[in-house]
Amino acid sequence: MADAGMLRFHVPEPEVRPGGTPDFSNVTIPKAGSVPRPEVNVDPRTIRDMAFSIIRVLNRAGEAVGPWAGLLTDEELLEGLRHMMTLRSFDARMQMAQRQGKTSFYMQHLGEEAVSCAFRKALQPGDMNFPTYRQAGLLIADGYPMVAMMNQIYSNEADPLKGRQLPIMYSSKEHGFFSISGNLATQYIQAVGWAMASAISNDSRIAAAWIGDGSTAESDFHAALVFASTYKAPVVLNVVNNQWAISTFQGIARGGSGTFAARGLGFGIPSLRVDGNDYLAVHAVAKWAIERARRNLGPTLVEYVTYRVGAHSSSDDPSAYRPKAESDAWPLGDPIIRLKNHLIHKQVWTEQRHIQAEAEILETVIAAQKEAESHGTLHAGGKPSTRDMFEGVYAETPPHLRRQRQQAGV
Amino acid sequence: MPRRTMIEAIRDAMDVSMARDERVIVYGEDVGFFGGVFRCTQGLQAKYGKNRCFDAPISESGIVGSAIGMAAYGLRPCVEVQFADYVYPAYDQIVSEAARLRYRSNNDFTCPIVVRMPTGGGIFGGQTHSQSPEALFTHVSGLKTVVPSNPHDAKGLLIAAIEDPDPVIFLEPKRLYNGPFDGHHDNPVTPWSKHELGEVADGHYTIPLGKAAIRRQGSAVTVLAYGTMVYVAQAAAAETGIDAEIIDLRTLLPLDLDAIVASVKKTGRCVVVHEATLTSGFGAELAALVQENCFYHLEAPVARVAGWDTPYPHAQEWEYFPGPARVGRALVETMEA
Repeated sequence: MADAGMLRFHVPEPEVRPGGTPDFSNVTIPKAGSVPRPEVNVDPRTIRDMAFSIIRVLNRAGEAVGPWAGLLTDEELLEGLRHMMTLRSFDARMQMAQRQGKTSFYMQHLGEEAVSCAFRKALQPGDMNFPTYRQAGLLIADGYPMVAMMNQIYSNEADPLKGRQLPIMYSSKEHGFFSISGNLATQYIQAVGWAMASAISNDSRIAAAWIGDGSTAESDFHAALVFASTYKAPVVLNVVNNQWAISTFQGIARGGSGTFAARGLGFGIPSLRVDGNDYLAVHAVAKWAIERARRNLGPTLVEYVTYRVGAHSSSDDPSAYRPKAESDAWPLGDPIIRLKNHLIHKQVWTEQRHIQAEAEILETVIAAQKEAESHGTLHAGGKPSTRDMFEGVYAETPPHLRRQRQQAGV
Repeated sequence: MPRRTMIEAIRDAMDVSMARDERVIVYGEDVGFFGGVFRCTQGLQAKYGKNRCFDAPISESGIVGSAIGMAAYGLRPCVEVQFADYVYPAYDQIVSEAARLRYRSNNDFTCPIVVRMPTGGGIFGGQTHSQSPEALFTHVSGLKTVVPSNPHDAKGLLIAAIEDPDPVIFLEPKRLYNGPFDGHHDNPVTPWSKHELGEVADGHYTIPLGKAAIRRQGSAVTVLAYGTMVYVAQAAAAETGIDAEIIDLRTLLPLDLDAIVASVKKTGRCVVVHEATLTSGFGAELAALVQENCFYHLEAPVARVAGWDTPYPHAQEWEYFPGPARVGRALVETMEA
């Protein structure tokens, strides 16, 4: 046997670090409209190449092209634009509120608004999302009140979660939004379990699991794929690849598989990649995957290729690990600008109306913020009671907790 | 009344629960067609179909994580982890998810699941088939932890656990599956058919979580025990002739503190016994509670008898296991103190 020499250890590195020139030349972007749209009952073995491509609808001229186009009316597109703009405006105000000391923590969606806003519109009432911390568009696009979100962020006296949970870890069964944990990947297998339960109960509702690129490395991600594949659970397995897991570039979690979508192939799960900054493409692919689930065809894995323009959270400064201008160089552009340009191209929207809408939305967000702040912020005004701290640990408070509550004087 | 083994009693509890409530789903590794490596689920798939009882992949976090999702949907999963020693991959799901779901969502989502697992040693199972991890669960807010010691209790407690609105860790002392084992490993096993607590009523009944049982009335010293150690303590009392009051805790959390305090105030002495390793074991909590609540009634220090602080060994099983001789010594020393 030939001598292979010393073993060498390999640690992947991103293309560029701070001080360098952003370079996405290695990211292959297929032309909009170039990826075919198979029937939902396609044999997964025949569409394996879709795990390595990117489904896109909006081209650079603002036109919707190809087999995945044409599913949404102008009204629906205008509503989608409004949802994304609302989320961005909401984020900006809450990020500022965190900087003003009104809450401890915040996480924004900048650049990723299309993913959760468009996905929500492909679901039916009763379907259940198991989100991670960057899918608030699921709530915004489903009409969940912004004031309730802000009350939760402020942990104030009107907080639906009674001050028990970190800001932005919302919960709303009514709006198909499972309680966010803050732990990573745990929700992925729970979503599969929920979907299994729906199938066991001969229901028609489906589940959607959400995870980021970095957390796909957790074992719960792999457990979820095994269970989803084995039981053909009616679940859509979403992976939001925003390129960065705090400071860690996606290559650390992805390893040698080429794409995150490719993770699904070994499980026989149809696996698609989609332009996450293209509202129309996200919605079309979501609809396809949801229909597969609803028709008992089993799980679908969808990788949304996007870019986290903002910091990971209010506690993070990305300039320490990536070039400042990297987001400007991101080849898939900005989801709001792209949908806006499409609507202008369709002559149902104008720059002027867009500016007007921005102002109106900001006014709505500020009004909601004022209302929320009338119930208090983290360190000022009304807050949940100490008694609230002791409740809800169990359905019925056991004796040892009752004793401790008495010791605390409540 | 029919006599059953603990395995049969546990199976009967699931059978009764599945018949009464179609939301009850049973699954785990080898649980479906085969009926479990200890046969606790034998026949359930044939009776209730593959929708209600099925085999799971070897992924404890997957089993518990999917059960949490099912509970959030509205089902009542009762899942099996093949050995308590294998529960650690599911620990994150149990601690960070099942235990906290109600709290963090303010009752928006709840988690009525049961995680069953065989616990304890005495079968030459070595490090990976002998552990007693109950303290890892009693330390977690939001969980209930149950350890039955006989077929009658096992059935009533398991039905109560399945009907409970919160997550329950149900630890089954595997050395008790086929008979009350008192630690005298050289003696032939007494079958449950010869023991009065092997009497298991047909149909539905529950034993409330959080209620202890006095297994032996006594006036000299209180022994706090659960699972296999209940019988070891009984043997130790008989062999030393000490009039011990033996309390079978049955549920570790919620704990029946009233029963403990009443007994220790009466006897003035207390020995805590468990199979799990000593340091930071549940016995530490029991000893602390006894001194907090009964200090001025105590005539001797609270003693603890537990597994040594080593991994569970293979060849040295009976040197490790806190058998009747060690418990007996603690009783004598506590009486002499």
